[in-house]
Order: sequence, then C-alpha cells, then structure tokens
Amino acid sequence: MNRVIVGRAIQMPTIVVLVKQVPDTNAKIVVQGGRVDLSSVKMVMSPYDEFAIETAIRHKEATDGTVTAVTVGGPGAEKILKDAKAIGVDNIVRVWDDSWTDLDSNALQSVLSETIQALGATVVYCGKSAADTGAGSTGPGLAERLGWGNASNVIGAEFSESVLASMPVETGVAKISVPLPAVISCDKGDFKVRKPNVKGIMMAKKAKVELMSASSPSSSISVASHSMPPAKPAGKTFEGGASASQVAQLLRDEANVL
Amino acid sequence: MYYEVKKMTNMIVIAELSKGSIHPSTAELVTAAHAYGGEPTLVVPCTDASIANSVQSLSGVSKIIAVKSDVFGGSDSSGWASALDSAIPSGTVLCLATTRSKDVAARLAARRNISVVQDVTGIDGTNLTSPIYSGKANQTVSVSGEAVITIRANVFDSAGSDGSCDVSVVDASGDVKTAVQEILQRANTRLDVSEANIVISGGRGMGSPANFAHLEAVADTIGAAVGASRAAVDTWAEIPHSMQVGQTGKTVNPNLYIAVGISGAIQHLAGMRSSKYIVAINKDADAAIFQHADYGIVATWEEALPVFQEALSGLLG
Repeated sequence: MNRVIVGRAIQMPTIVVLVKQVPDTNAKIVVQGGRVDLSSVKMVMSPYDEFAIETAIRHKEATDGTVTAVTVGGPGAEKILKDAKAIGVDNIVRVWDDSWTDLDSNALQSVLSETIQALGATVVYCGKSAADTGAGSTGPGLAERLGWGNASNVIGAEFSESVLASMPVETGVAKISVPLPAVISCDKGDFKVRKPNVKGIMMAKKAKVELMSASSPSSSISVASHSMPPAKPAGKTFEGGASASQVAQLLRDEANVL
Repeated sequence: MYYEVKKMTNMIVIAELSKGSIHPSTAELVTAAHAYGGEPTLVVPCTDASIANSVQSLSGVSKIIAVKSDVFGGSDSSGWASALDSAIPSGTVLCLATTRSKDVAARLAARRNISVVQDVTGIDGTNLTSPIYSGKANQTVSVSGEAVITIRANVFDSAGSDGSCDVSVVDASGDVKTAVQEILQRANTRLDVSEANIVISGGRGMGSPANFAHLEAVADTIGAAVGASRAAVDTWAEIPHSMQVGQTGKTVNPNLYIAVGISGAIQHLAGMRSSKYIVAINKDADAAIFQHADYGIVATWEEALPVFQEALSGLLG
C-alpha cells in the first residue's frame, strides 16, 4: 500500500494495538481455594488499553494506514475486540491455541512477536500495564524481541515518519523521538478517549474476528497460588478536629514515622 | 545422601541509579538475592565508575562490576538492556521495581529468552509473591531456571555495611533506539507521590482545587508529597493526573499516607493500602477509608488540618 506524495513513496503504517481482558477495576476480588475466583466478576478491557486505542486511531488519522486490535485469549476475550471495533479500529484479531494455559512473559511475548511480524506491523500500541498483573513487561519485552525501540508511560504523541512521544520524567515532561518500527506503551493522557457510538456498535456486532495462532515456548513461571493481602488490625478513631494534635503525637511516639 | 543445593543459578543484582548516584534501596536487593539464591554479584551501571565506591562496603556481595557506558546517562531502555546484557554473566537478575528498571528488566529477560517477574514483595525459596489487581490480592509464582526479577522498594531489610569488595570496571556499549528531543520543565517542583516517604492526598471532600493549598502547607511542614483521589483529578482540571493515587494512577507505599476528604473507593485503596501507616480525615464516620486507617479523625478538614499542622510543626520544630 504505497501512495505517492511529491514524488516520494510513503509507506502507510500498519498500526497494531494490543488489548487485554481484565476484571472490572471496581470489582471485589475473591480468593477461593487458593485461586482468585473471577466467575462472578465482569470482565472489561484494561483501562490503559483505551488510551492505546485512542493513540493508535489518532496515528491513523494523522498518517493514514490501518489499525488492527489484537488480543491473546480464549473465545471469551472477543467481547473486548468488539468493543475496540466499536470505538473505531479496522480489524480485530484473536490469537489462541487451546493448549495454552498460563503463558509466562517469555511465552506471551514470543506469541505476540510472531503475530506482529505476521501482521507486518510498523508500530504497536499497548497500555502501560494491564490492570490485572500491573507488570508492564509486554511493551518493552516485545520491542526487544522485535529489535525495535520503545517508549513507556506515554501521555501524548505526535505522528510523522516517527512518533514524538511525551512521557513524564523527574523534572517534567520529556518529548522523545521514537523512530518506527516501535512499541509505544500508553498511560492515561491529557485527552479524552472516544467512546463507541451507535453506528460503531452495530458495525462491531457484524464484524468478523480473525483467528490466528503462533508457536509458544513452554513457560518456566507458573502460578502457585493466590491469596488475599493480610487484613490490617483495627485502627484508632477519634472524634473532632481537636483530636488531630493527639494523632500527630501518636505518629511520632507510637508509629515512629515523623 | 543428597544435599539440597540452594544456589541453582548465579545471582546478579543491578544497582538502582537515581540522579547519577546509587539508590539506597540497592542494599535491599542484596538481601532479596540472599533470600532467593545466594550471594550476588553487584552490577553498577554508570557513566563514571567512581560511584561504585559507595557500595563497596555492602555486606554479602561476592563481587562488584561497574559497567561503564554512555547509555546509562540516558533513558533509552534498549540501550540499557543491550549494554547490561553484554557485560553481565547469565543467571538470575534482580533489580528495583521502578519505572525505568521494570522496562529494562523486561527487555533484558526478552533478550535472554527468559521470563520476568515484576513487583516482587515476598520470596520463599523459588516462589515469588507480587501484588495483583493493584494490591487487592497477591499472586505467588514458582520459578524454574533463570529469570529477571524486580523487587519493590521498602519491603526487604537493607544489607549491612561491613563488607569490602573490590570494583572491576567493564566498558560497554548499547544499542540506543530513541532520542530525547526536549524536556518541558515542570513549574511545580514538588516531590512526586511515588518517590515520597510521606504522602498527603485530597479527595473531592476538599471542596475546591484551591483548598489543596492547605494540604501543601501540611506537606511543607513534614516533607510530604501531595496526591489526589481519582474523583478529585476527574472533577478539577487544576489537579493533574500525575497526582492521582489509585488503580489508574500511581501505586504508592510510603511510611505514612494521610487521606483527607477521601471516602476510600476500592480503586483508591488499591493504590495506597500497602502504606505502612494510614491516617484518614473525613467528616463521614462511615467512610470506607476508616476501615483501613491506623488513625482516623472524624471531622471536617477545615477543623482538623489547622490543628494537625500546628501540632506537627510543634513536634518537628
């Protein structure tokens, strides 16, 4: 897909956005028999992925090209792909193999790397971390496997033949020039993300999910158990603003934190 | 008869760099390395190898390698990971779970086709525990073979300081992929919530963004950073997202967290529940935040904050 502008061929980017299904962040998490029980929890798209989708669509609007949303998961994960389609991505892809169980970071990134290469992507957007593990390994790990650059915690982007990504640093906000191909992990930016409209939702219903698979190395990390964080002992409660001086005293003498 | 061989892999600790010197939590990584596999090699990424002198006295370190490269003066994670990979032996690698080091850890693991386990808060043999769902639950994984592991700060005790280790210096180069074009300096020079030992946060109960000045006044008294709940960030444009503590903001674990006019929504709790001590000031005695507070004050902030500040300056003055 080349188009010619003033005698120069510009490659239109193939934009991929990675999305992940996670428990609703408002949900109460319950552990049963040493495992998190998600059977009665609503599953949603991980919140940072919404910023990744928004940034991916803005990239397409600036340079043309296509946006493909990719998730790794069983059939239940198709709902978030339909959500992505309703927001405005062009294509939706689910990557899966029934033999996969808990993919560790090495296995997951191998699968994604193979998928990204098969799709011929020039840029990959993802959330800075998923709301379940919060690890944030996928963006930089995938970039390393592909031999690409990456930028993390990106809160804004300008698009040309590279991406000028804004990210918070100790002293303010840095603007980083990221040549493509690259992986960009998105934080909550200072912009609104678009929501699905009625037309988008109707189109998404009819949209076909493309199925892909990839080879996966065996995992060397396996989940042994889940547990609830230990409950905190009951604290001390005081009535009225005057008690604040007592609390200040306790912070020094009892808690020893001042 | 068989002996249990605990040390299955080389242990490597990567010192955390902060503003050109070695972050004190590096000493916690040494303790974590002993808990996991044994005495580590301490690797110091640097542009000037003399900074490694400051960790020569750390106890329980088998050797120190200062890896010297220009890439460590920058922030490109590809440059960091490739330079480190070329200079350090294979083994299990530990680093601090900071924003940059988590990126570098993920890249280093990917380079070596091994897995990464992030944000570890507990070690039991080769089982590693990390918070999941922003701390609403813990996950324990079992590791076979080599891995790259990031450790949360303020969890493990610091290693002692009666060691004396020589420093060997290795030059390395890295594959830098990105470039900083400019840095827009922040007008506000306040401490970031994720770096502070004390955080005081305001919620919608503060009534208006202007009233955050009262939180700043207390913060100045005790050297705290000022944070905010998601409700406050979403309601008032003047309160930036960089101040947000909670599931879609920053996760903090300071020694002291003071929540003012914050009801304690599950998303907020997820970002601060691991704080060592929690103080809550709220006029609603039924607010959920009180169930998580070590010290609760049922009062309006208008009543409580001036008294609190005066008492604190009296104690610290």
